[in-house]
Amino acid sequence: MLGEGFLRVLNYRDDDTTVDKKSKSNRTEEVGLDKSRSGRNITTQLNDQSSTGLQRVAPVPNQSPSGLLIPGRPMNLSPDPLLVDCSLLVHYPDLQVADSGPIPAAHSNSPLPLISPPITVPVQSVPPNSDPEQGYLAMGSSVNISLDVPELRTNSVLNGILEKKLEEVYLQHLTENLARCHSNFGNSLLHGLVPPPQPNSQGLEDSVEELWLQVRMVFSLFFTCLLVGCSGLTPPVDLSEPQIVHSPPGHNSSNEGVPFVDVPLALGMFSVDFHHVQAPFEIVLWIMLASLAKLGFHWSGRVPAVVPESCLLIMVGLLVGGVIYGVRHSAPPTLSADAFFLFLLPPIVLDAGYFLPGRLFFENLGTILWYAVLGTLWNVLGIGLSLYGVCLLCPSSLGDVSLLHCLLFGSLIAAVDPVAVLSVFQEMHVNEQLHILVFGESLLNDAVTVVLYQLFESFLRLPSVSGLDVLLGGCRVLLVGFGGLFVGLFFGLVAALTSRFTSRVPVIAPLFVFLYSYLSYLTSEMLHLSGITAIVTCAVTMKQYVEANVSERCNSSIQYFLKMWSSVSETLIFIFLGVSTIQDVHMWSWTFVCATLLLCLLWRASGVLLLTAVVNKVRRNKVTFRDQFIIAYGGLRGAICFSLVFLIDDFPKKRLFITTTIIVILFTVFVQGMTIKPLVELLDVKRKKRALPTVSEEIHSRLIDHLLAGIEDVVGYWGQHYWKDKFEQFNRKFLRRFLIREEQQNRSSILRVYQELERRDQGANRETAIQARTVPQTSSRPLLPEEMDSIRRILSRNLHNFNSRMPAYSRHTLHQDRTLQRHQSLGKRDTQMEEAEFNGLQNLRRGLRRSHTVCAITPRPASQDSIPEENVSPKLEPKKHLSFDIERL
Amino acid sequence: MGSRASTLLREEEIEEIKKETGFSHSQITRLYSRFTSLDKGENGTLSREDFQRIPELAINPLGDRIINAFFPESEDQVNFRGFMRTLAHFRPIEDNEKNKNAAPSEPLNSRTNKLLFAFRLYDLDRDDKISRDELLQVLRMMVGVNISDEQLGSIADRTIQEADTNGDSSISFNEFMKVLEKVDVEQKMSIRFLH
Repeated sequence: MLGEGFLRVLNYRDDDTTVDKKSKSNRTEEVGLDKSRSGRNITTQLNDQSSTGLQRVAPVPNQSPSGLLIPGRPMNLSPDPLLVDCSLLVHYPDLQVADSGPIPAAHSNSPLPLISPPITVPVQSVPPNSDPEQGYLAMGSSVNISLDVPELRTNSVLNGILEKKLEEVYLQHLTENLARCHSNFGNSLLHGLVPPPQPNSQGLEDSVEELWLQVRMVFSLFFTCLLVGCSGLTPPVDLSEPQIVHSPPGHNSSNEGVPFVDVPLALGMFSVDFHHVQAPFEIVLWIMLASLAKLGFHWSGRVPAVVPESCLLIMVGLLVGGVIYGVRHSAPPTLSADAFFLFLLPPIVLDAGYFLPGRLFFENLGTILWYAVLGTLWNVLGIGLSLYGVCLLCPSSLGDVSLLHCLLFGSLIAAVDPVAVLSVFQEMHVNEQLHILVFGESLLNDAVTVVLYQLFESFLRLPSVSGLDVLLGGCRVLLVGFGGLFVGLFFGLVAALTSRFTSRVPVIAPLFVFLYSYLSYLTSEMLHLSGITAIVTCAVTMKQYVEANVSERCNSSIQYFLKMWSSVSETLIFIFLGVSTIQDVHMWSWTFVCATLLLCLLWRASGVLLLTAVVNKVRRNKVTFRDQFIIAYGGLRGAICFSLVFLIDDFPKKRLFITTTIIVILFTVFVQGMTIKPLVELLDVKRKKRALPTVSEEIHSRLIDHLLAGIEDVVGYWGQHYWKDKFEQFNRKFLRRFLIREEQQNRSSILRVYQELERRDQGANRETAIQARTVPQTSSRPLLPEEMDSIRRILSRNLHNFNSRMPAYSRHTLHQDRTLQRHQSLGKRDTQMEEAEFNGLQNLRRGLRRSHTVCAITPRPASQDSIPEENVSPKLEPKKHLSFDIERL
Repeated sequence: MGSRASTLLREEEIEEIKKETGFSHSQITRLYSRFTSLDKGENGTLSREDFQRIPELAINPLGDRIINAFFPESEDQVNFRGFMRTLAHFRPIEDNEKNKNAAPSEPLNSRTNKLLFAFRLYDLDRDDKISRDELLQVLRMMVGVNISDEQLGSIADRTIQEADTNGDSSISFNEFMKVLEKVDVEQKMSIRFLH
């Protein structure tokens, strides 16, 4: 994203320099300074008027006091006599003629104290052949031009020639520039953020002005959204305030049409070149808006408990869009499909893939694929066909929607969106299996929906569709899915291999994770394969090897960056969903919208019921009815549908499709997203148990794995344990040997968990030793989860302390040494609080243990018998109760 | 072979096994055919050698322990009934069984019995405690030779430390259950038996 902005900035700079050169070369041919100075003189007069005019007009973006002469377009302004004379310079702020002076009039009119300390440079004293290079930077120092007025008027003829030449050059430059802008903006990533030069815009100045207006709106919206989002919060506002205060001066000064005109020998103290930074500046502002909205949301007291974050972000977006619409009277920028698919989606999917609970995912892979492929097909065909039925029923309003259009719409509206699902389900903590079913489905159905979408779209373009085409389409689904898989696998393995060699330059190790996975995404998009599948596969593949290869610090920075990027993109997506809802293009039809909403719900519910009925016949642990309900209800739509619907080729009912899609998205995110949490509580869906890895759990789980693999062998059934066993052998024999550094190869997972816990413990013990010597060492007692939690918290704060023990210094390593001491002192203060908490927990624990020993003392009757026979059964009863007691504890 | 199995298995025997283990009729006949195919001596019982002939089980690090679990104490033959009784531990818990508290005896595939089965794999001397040595043996089998004794010892210590609540430096069954209370044992210790 930023890269694009950067490129664009380069582009601008390029433009600037070319103009500069041109004008310079032009000037050097010219007779002398006097001529240009006389030109400046006229400019000065003109500016007196035009700048005041500008000030007056400034708030209305579409009017402009001056016109830009663009070839092929008639000048639609009342011809200003002054304009005809000369004065191009006034209106083109990025035209820099080294020798013409700044316009004093503008300064006298400008309300800003910032500009121009009144240094008066007598212009006459400037030697005629002064170095033109100097002038480039200069601007703003006022020059008493009035001094040379009488002398200069005499050269008006030469002036005219100069003006004409300049005009030619500048026109040429402008046309080039505009053409380039067009091509640039067309492909730009944040199409909406950077509005393309509007066909009716009058010139560069105007667009600048318009952009400034936008920027101002964004700024003012910081406040509004923060005020809405959070009631009792101030810090972020405070932080953003200085910026807001500072920028308007710059804005005004450039707005008033002060051109960047150079004065030799007058060193400028202050200059504004918004153009130069426009694209990245706006992107940063949007991101800032999104992040601050998120911040505000989390500080806003009880709201997060009730409303999912996604809803609130959309609301902020709606607000922003409304304000933009109100101010500008035109539709606010929309999120372009390119920006979404190329820049915003990958970080989220990468994050999801990297933190995918692998074991759980693969255990349920069959079911997930079942839902993702068949369920999506079911939904697409069902919704498409029945919508066509609806269209046939009311031929008057919807008669012109063809079957293929309905199917196309069905394919995009059936796409369950991983972003929306993730953001809602992450806050709910349903049991892991349910979570992975919903989430896995939303990840993998991308391949199906995107392919179906492309398929129907190409069918639309074909004159007729034969059976063969349909068959080929079916094959394409498989190709797209598996192609993405292989691309991801390939890049994942290469990334793992690369990370093996990063030990000498550990600073850039995290980068490879991002580069390779992004590359896999782009490659498969390039080949029209499923990018989401590719990037997920890539992340899953590389994860275990990369984690073994790179250092602890590196791992945590990888995770941090992943989380950061994904949450920023997610926030941006939701904000833009809201912003883009405010549109001119809406077209409403009660029948169509309501039918779509209803059909989406119906077909999804029926699909889930039907598919689960089949899958439950095969599954080891059944998907319960409550789970099915949540799966059906959790089918949230999101930005994927939204981006796809804008990609549809134009046809009369496209606007209806857009409106309906937006309604469906808003309905699912708001209504379903907000009610799903209470429903989960109401239905008493099994919740997730807190997962805290302990060495015991790791060991015993490992034992159970081996045991089950053995039992499967005995039974002669090759189930998942068999294949898992096989894969692990293969992994150990080949993959790990090649992909992981030698010294790391021997670590089994038990050892890894153990080492991690040991490290945490050491840290915790050290902290306790430093902080409270009175507290006896607690090595001989087990740790309660709460204590583990607080230990972990202590550690996360102090992790850098013992990471930085490694004596390494190079130019690229992070300079922690100096900050270390500060951190330590900070850490001490923190740990005192932690310690209090820790002690409190100990007391709590003591109480717990007392009650626990009551349980432990009770006899354990069944344990004497080898294999429980019938006579054991009465004794088993109390034990069962006992285990419940313990569980409740 | 399937036909032979079903002929050899009497109906009343199937009924008894069904009652005891909860397997369905078809599952029992299917497993019986597996049983007879493993039974190279064709005497209606399996010996340790019969189990060891299963190639995958032979390379399973815990293979011996698993085989041992099939045999009742001080016996080296297991009949079909015992075979089924062992396998019944791994039958998934079905929904209708969860609510059936009225059942006179706890079914073999209950959570407690599943855990007990796993516990027995550690507890070689059957004193209902996992001692440090017993834990070390199992760890050595699972982890392999890559780790030094010292490291393994500290892992074992750590494990016992985590579980031990009464300070006897060994893990009792109750402590074992407590440690694993967050693990979804019902799901993990189940395999799918074909119908």
